[in-house]
Amino acid sequence: MATETKAVQTVSKAKQRAWKGTLARVAKYTGLRSVTMIITIIIGVYLTILIANMGGYVDEIMRGNIEDNVANTLRNQESFQRLSPEAQRSLLQQEVRNEEERLGLNQPFIIRSFRFLWDGLTLNLGRSLNMTSDTGSRQVRLIILERLGPTMLLMGTSQLLLFFTSVYLALMLSRKYGSFFDRVVIALSPTSSAPSWFYGIFFILIFASVLRILPFGGMVSAPPPENSLEYALDVLKHLILPAAALYVSLIFISIYNWRTFFLIFSSEDYVEMAKAKGLTDREIESRYILRPTLPTIITAFALTLIGLWTGAIVTETVFIWPGLGRTLFTAVGLYDTPVIVGSTIIYAYLLAITVFLLDFVYALVDPRVKVGGGQKKA
Amino acid sequence: MNALRSTFSEIKRYPSALAGLVIIILLVIAAVVILIALPYNEAVRLWRGGEGVWYKNPKTAPPAWTNFFTAADRPVTLHLTVEDEAVEKFREENETTVDIFTTFTFDFNYDEIPQEISLFMEGIYDEKEPFADIYLLRPDGSEERLLSEGIPASRTVYLSQETDLQRRIARNTGFEDVLVGMLSIPDTDPPQIMKGTYQISVEGIGFEPDSDMNVEMVMYGKVHGIAGTDHLRRDLSVALMWGIPIALAFGLIASLGTTVLTMIISAVGVWYGGWVDELIQRITEVNLVLPFLSILVMVGTFYSKSIWVILGVTVLLSIFGGAIKTYRANFMQIKESMYIEAAQAYGANDFRIIFLYLIPRIIPLLIPGLVSSIPTFVFLEATLALLGLGDPVLPTWGKVINDAYQNGALYNGMYYWIVQPAVLLMITGLAFAMLGFSLDRIFNPRLRGL
Repeated sequence: MATETKAVQTVSKAKQRAWKGTLARVAKYTGLRSVTMIITIIIGVYLTILIANMGGYVDEIMRGNIEDNVANTLRNQESFQRLSPEAQRSLLQQEVRNEEERLGLNQPFIIRSFRFLWDGLTLNLGRSLNMTSDTGSRQVRLIILERLGPTMLLMGTSQLLLFFTSVYLALMLSRKYGSFFDRVVIALSPTSSAPSWFYGIFFILIFASVLRILPFGGMVSAPPPENSLEYALDVLKHLILPAAALYVSLIFISIYNWRTFFLIFSSEDYVEMAKAKGLTDREIESRYILRPTLPTIITAFALTLIGLWTGAIVTETVFIWPGLGRTLFTAVGLYDTPVIVGSTIIYAYLLAITVFLLDFVYALVDPRVKVGGGQKKA
Repeated sequence: MNALRSTFSEIKRYPSALAGLVIIILLVIAAVVILIALPYNEAVRLWRGGEGVWYKNPKTAPPAWTNFFTAADRPVTLHLTVEDEAVEKFREENETTVDIFTTFTFDFNYDEIPQEISLFMEGIYDEKEPFADIYLLRPDGSEERLLSEGIPASRTVYLSQETDLQRRIARNTGFEDVLVGMLSIPDTDPPQIMKGTYQISVEGIGFEPDSDMNVEMVMYGKVHGIAGTDHLRRDLSVALMWGIPIALAFGLIASLGTTVLTMIISAVGVWYGGWVDELIQRITEVNLVLPFLSILVMVGTFYSKSIWVILGVTVLLSIFGGAIKTYRANFMQIKESMYIEAAQAYGANDFRIIFLYLIPRIIPLLIPGLVSSIPTFVFLEATLALLGLGDPVLPTWGKVINDAYQNGALYNGMYYWIVQPAVLLMITGLAFAMLGFSLDRIFNPRLRGL
């Protein structure tokens, strides 16, 4: 009896130790991974700041703008016109200096770039230079949040639809490869080399310009319908063409890639074995094909989700869709550095977090992978 | 050599690859011919020339071949100068004056009114400018006085813009539009075009013994040339043709540069291992965090729109892409091969091993990727042009699409303007994509037979 308890105790102790070991390993791995991720983000964001600021050249453009604006405002004031030329000049200089100070232009670029970096990393995205949100705010965070909805709607609809239909169709095609539809998909897959805006232009041409059944662009009609049901239908009508353009541009290559991927896995010996055992197609698919390919599918899905974030710059521009992509393009056109940096930072964060989480998801779905486990292969 | 031949015989088994290859060869030949026939400076001069070069062309006219698809036969552009047979000029010196008669004879058998009829006149005189009466003789014999005025050193008459003429035509024919009045049977509703031979005669009188007058007539058609014209009267065929070498050059250089550099970098990383490999991996991760297109847009807006700068940045950003990991995995396997060990044993240096032993092994894997990535870059150029970041000097397909889009071609039914460059882009992209796909299936043993 006593020996038995002792034995149980040793076993549980050993288990505890092993568990502790795993915990320590996971913690160490997580820590290491986080540090590399954070460094990666810092470098990525800093590079973006450098590029977005053109190494300080944007400042020159802004200074010119400030001088112009200040001079214009002052000239329209009667009190200013009554001053002597000397006083006018000094007042003008004073105002320009104030404005520069307000925008933080009086510090050297290097210092400002690090301040930008710190603000950016702490998600203190600051105020835009020129752009405003629809509510009139200059908070970069508000501008980005406001455009996030439309982007999510457009990208979410098209990309999720794309992901699920392509995986589903690919599974179907891989079961009967060589069939007519299989060959059609193979033949059509090169069409995906054209970007979505390319199909967008054709769709606009056909459905908006010639047939006149769908709108050219935008997200709602002007003026927007009062009734919320009608509003939703109106948005849906505007959504069809851009979503279809994004969908069509990628669907064939996507099906083709998944199909090939599944085919490679379904020619493995253990699948043949399962077939020989007389399992049904459905069982083979779920247990022997989908199971080992799950990590890849999850990665692809996660990357799809990240892709939603940047939006589609050109497609949104072509369809005048008020999303993040178009905002980014407008921001670049207006030299609005805070907005550019802001959206890049958010993108970088999301990407890093996803990659980080993926490691753990892998460990959950794939018994071959252990978080931080095993020795590295020499 | 043998490998090449066997690859080619494999390609022959894939009809789409063969089609792609044929199109690519045709495109390359076309590019070479165009580069020789229309050198760079000439193409840029034409494309940037503006009204001075293109004054004889109509604005936004669809290509002439569209006439096949429309019920109505739309007029083409007619440009008549003294050198043409249809133009007669005679000059006779009298005692105190000089008669200068120029007659333009042309057939008009179209179903629509042209965009405009213009007369480019040049009076030659010392002090007193010559005077001209201009008449139109219709096929039915009726005559219409178009203008009577003194001709200065340079005078361009756009007939539809002349208000006096407009009033007179309206009174005589009942049509408000000058050109409709000139070319239609009077008082028909809807206006019915009077087909037949027309004559415009410019009857000038010079008041100095040396006086002379040169007249050119341009009837701007509703269709023009093989490719049509844009809003600046430019012949689109210039841009469509020059788009071929540019698209090929951009696509090839970008994809070749990217693949080759990626391959070398990953080979170096794998061979040396340690911190070199680590550094390359970290750079790749940083690069993945950067949004590719946004950075290109930033570079285009802030720095330079030159196609070569954009090309350089594209290659730079693409080198450390996802492909580096694939190559790395391949090199890792090859690195363990016996022959590498043998090479080390007989004292081959690192350079030799990387370039002569490692890299050649993955070239078969690399070729399909290289070919398939060409369309991506061809379309990337068009994408940037569509965002207004096209090269400011060169005529490219993307810039034509951008011009068309900016000028509302989609909204105003000027489809030819967008469809032609788009179809060319599509053909080029598809050709490379089809070839690349088949090469992938030929070279990639895992895909063989799938």
